[in-house]
Amino acid sequence: MITTDTIIAPATAVGEGGIAVVRISGPQSLSALQFFFRPSAQVLTYRSHQLYHGILIDQQKQHIDEVMAVYMAAPHTYTRDDVVEIHCHGSQQVVKAILDLYLKFGLRLAQAGEFTYRAFVNGRLDLTQSEAVAQLIHAKSDSSRKLALSQVEGRLSRTIYNITEKLRDIQILLEAWIDFPEEDLPAADLQEIQRNINSSIIQVVEITDTYSSGKLLLEGASILLVGRPNVGKSSLLNSLLGEERAIVTEVPGTTRDLLEEGITISGVPVRLVDSAGLRKSEDPVEMEGVRRAKQKLQYADLVLYLVDGSMIADEQDRYAYRACRDYPAFLVRTKQDLPQMADTSFCNFPEYGISTKADIGLSELRAAIAGFLLGEHLPTSESVFITEQRHYDALLAAQRNLEKFQEAFSADQPLEFLVFELREALHSLGQISGETTSESVLDGIFSQFCVGK
Amino acid sequence: MSDYGKEYAVIVVGAGHAGCEAALAAARIGCKTLLLTMGLDTVAQMSCNPAIGGLAKGHLVHEVDALGGEMGVNIDATGIQFRRLNIKKGPAVRAARAQADRMAYSARMKKVIEQQTCLDLKQGVVVDLLTEQGRVAGVKTRDGLDFRGRSVVLTTGTFMRGLIHVGLNNYPGGRAGEPASEGLSEVLRGLGLTVGRLKTGTPARLAARSINFNLLEKQSGDCKIKPFSFLTDAIEREQVDCYIAHTNKKTHQIIRANIEKSALFAGVIEGVGPRYCPSIEDKVMRFPEKDSHQSFLEPEGLDSTEMYPSGLSTSLPPDVQLQYFRTMVGFADVEIMRPGYAIEYDFVEPTQLRATLETRVLPGLFHAGQINGTSGYEEAAAQGLLAGINAAQYCRGKKPLIVGREQGYLGVMVDDLVTQPTLEPYRMFTSRSEYRLILREDNADQRLTELGRNLGLVCDERWQKYLEKQRQVEAGLQIIRQETLRPSDSEALKALSLGELKNGASFEQLLRRPQITIDLLASRCPALRELSDQALEQLEIAVKYEGYIKRQIEQVERSREQEGVVIPESINFSGLESLSTEVREKLTRVRPATLGQASRIAGVTPAAIAVLQVYLRKFRHG
Repeated sequence: MITTDTIIAPATAVGEGGIAVVRISGPQSLSALQFFFRPSAQVLTYRSHQLYHGILIDQQKQHIDEVMAVYMAAPHTYTRDDVVEIHCHGSQQVVKAILDLYLKFGLRLAQAGEFTYRAFVNGRLDLTQSEAVAQLIHAKSDSSRKLALSQVEGRLSRTIYNITEKLRDIQILLEAWIDFPEEDLPAADLQEIQRNINSSIIQVVEITDTYSSGKLLLEGASILLVGRPNVGKSSLLNSLLGEERAIVTEVPGTTRDLLEEGITISGVPVRLVDSAGLRKSEDPVEMEGVRRAKQKLQYADLVLYLVDGSMIADEQDRYAYRACRDYPAFLVRTKQDLPQMADTSFCNFPEYGISTKADIGLSELRAAIAGFLLGEHLPTSESVFITEQRHYDALLAAQRNLEKFQEAFSADQPLEFLVFELREALHSLGQISGETTSESVLDGIFSQFCVGK
Repeated sequence: MSDYGKEYAVIVVGAGHAGCEAALAAARIGCKTLLLTMGLDTVAQMSCNPAIGGLAKGHLVHEVDALGGEMGVNIDATGIQFRRLNIKKGPAVRAARAQADRMAYSARMKKVIEQQTCLDLKQGVVVDLLTEQGRVAGVKTRDGLDFRGRSVVLTTGTFMRGLIHVGLNNYPGGRAGEPASEGLSEVLRGLGLTVGRLKTGTPARLAARSINFNLLEKQSGDCKIKPFSFLTDAIEREQVDCYIAHTNKKTHQIIRANIEKSALFAGVIEGVGPRYCPSIEDKVMRFPEKDSHQSFLEPEGLDSTEMYPSGLSTSLPPDVQLQYFRTMVGFADVEIMRPGYAIEYDFVEPTQLRATLETRVLPGLFHAGQINGTSGYEEAAAQGLLAGINAAQYCRGKKPLIVGREQGYLGVMVDDLVTQPTLEPYRMFTSRSEYRLILREDNADQRLTELGRNLGLVCDERWQKYLEKQRQVEAGLQIIRQETLRPSDSEALKALSLGELKNGASFEQLLRRPQITIDLLASRCPALRELSDQALEQLEIAVKYEGYIKRQIEQVERSREQEGVVIPESINFSGLESLSTEVREKLTRVRPATLGQASRIAGVTPAAIAVLQVYLRKFRHG
């Protein structure tokens, strides 16, 4: 990727707010601003990091928008290049007009994540941070934005750093025993070392356990709606979506295809998947829908199994139940506004009653879904979540090495093999928070122990 | 001004541990070599402790030896006490250490040099370098003599602008009783090289007859000596003892009371000293909670009564030294023969070198030893050997030798030197090696002897010994795979302290068990007893630690991706605009030869490496 030209892109999602920000980064940033921006007060030279009010005009002196603009001089910017940000009105037309203006002027439209890439290339962000920023940009919901932010602030790095510190201290001691055999070093408290390795393993496991929740927050969970035809799946889908998107008719099997819709339930991004009704059918089109629904079951994070509460549960309901009983699922009894007839004692899923018509039980259902998806890992501002496969793999590798350390320790293996495992564990953790250099280990030895002759 | 009239290929300046190896290597390769030293009576002098080896240092000696160097053979011939360290901490961190008879060590090395064909040993003080067309062309001595040579290896030790501190007194000197070398570091500065200042120190030497050894703990050598050199079969020699002494609260009181008389603490010394070799005043001040520090009393030789008290180097005045020594148990009547002192000297920032130890500014000029900011005889010898080899290769127009980090501590050291800033004298530690498990003393020959043979440094005797060892290891492997222990052989089970054996087991399988050693198996198997100790040791390590060694080798393989990417000399780092100014500046200064080297420069981020990688790809494709 070229990193020396000047790029432009909207920095905010188009159509989402009253104000949009268009960001320009690269050597031509300032001249690009000056070319089309007319400040309301006279400006001789633009001061860095100061907001100016004015209007943008095009080459024919036509007014485009009233804007606020800021010029930020390298290197104290997001990308460490010269950056200009133009705050304009949030309409799609305005943003498009500004982009057109600058693309004609010779700037290049930035690819997704290119600003972050430049920040990364210019050494502003470490790997963890730049990945988190990339996620921030693509974050779909509040929770994932918060998650991404906490990584930017380095919470993950900090937690890993703490574990690393503890392991490095052990390494310092072991390396000192190896490299300074003739010094009167403090005697070995082997139990203490073992305890510290154990507690590090626990800490690592605690973080790796958040991987599924972290991933969920970022990529979204998939929820499959299952039930016999006309049980009210599409109505539930619509009320969760908040608008009429699926076609609802009285004819069973109307929703033949799987519909996927993205929404946020209590901060968790969720893809709702409506399936054609699960029932025995001879119709080839419908059979195909049923087959696909069954396939989707395997990939769903949660199944909502719907039963019409106003009718007696029949063989079709039981057929649908059998299809999904091996998957994580809720029983959702619909049509609570009507007299309840269904006996659902055959089903042992957690049960929720709703009525989309009378707006009964919907908020409880939402809360239950969010609670289930996040498990015990409800996001608070203090939590550390990992979302990256790379981090997950590194932590898992570190965990394995620490366990091998314990094995070697118990088997009375020579010291250098314990250090071997420790070094590998530290190397893995280093993939997230930076390497432990041999120099820093020596620093530790010399500051802690009086060695040398 | 006059010309000596003889054309040399390689001129080595300085006959310390680096210079001797450099001169011998160049001459043995077949280059006409001159070794110039300020004093012919101090060849291979041990300026500090009379010992060779120890952790990582013993490893370096084995590597020097495997490549055909002299240090290992020399200490085997003149050692008076041998001890192997870390026997129980794992095969790769076992290290040989020996007390040397200082005078004998020096005398033998001088003799070897005098007898080496192609090598002239001369006394002379070098004050300038001759250059021709941007290349080195020889040296000029203080006597006004020009020696012409196509390459020059500088091994100046502590002599360049050496300044000796005894208490608050200081005077120029390269070592106690010897003059400093003035002028040369100016010449190097004139070439554009960055010259810095370091400090080191040495303790007093004590008269043996004034010490009451009965009050001290004795430390004897190993019963069975394992030699340094792969050439030495066995060392059977009377060994001398060392003793362990301790400082105490009174000693520390005296040191504290006189601390302002220490050159180190009075701020007289500008050079940076090594943290791993602190002076006694440093130890006392930095670790006030420690009431006692230990010191090994090492004899300086069979014909000498001087004793070297390790760990007690100092820059306090001699009267204070005497006062604190006499507080120590066994030292009530001790006499100082030579006072301890600190010394400051010039070194040349080694990031200005290639991994061949050639300076980048002046083709043909090589640096080795303390001039590169290192400390230690072994570190010096290893660099000397490499510089001597590469000076010879340079003259012969042959490919230089670069030792990789996975090939030896020599490679680790040189790579560290040329990529990391020198903040203190550099000493080798095993913790500096990321591939420690495969850089063992016992396999130094397997790692390096073939390289040495190809260079012409390995004599036929060494080569035959090496081949024979390899043959025996192979044969041994066959034996332990074929030999099996039957479950019914209760006598053997008992001898090996094995309980029950469900099925038969091969000796190889048995050897994997922690309690079964190769010696135990050999006692049950005549065929194994025919093999040398060295071969059996290889066999044991290879089988017992196969899993770990395999993993270490995999790590080496993984790193090859970056180590193999060569950064062309023609690259202009300052033109790489996507790198931060700091990174550009660092790369320009260090000029890494490979992407792997670049990644080890402090402050060069993984992001910068990614950019460099992309750039190099573009660069290669035009």
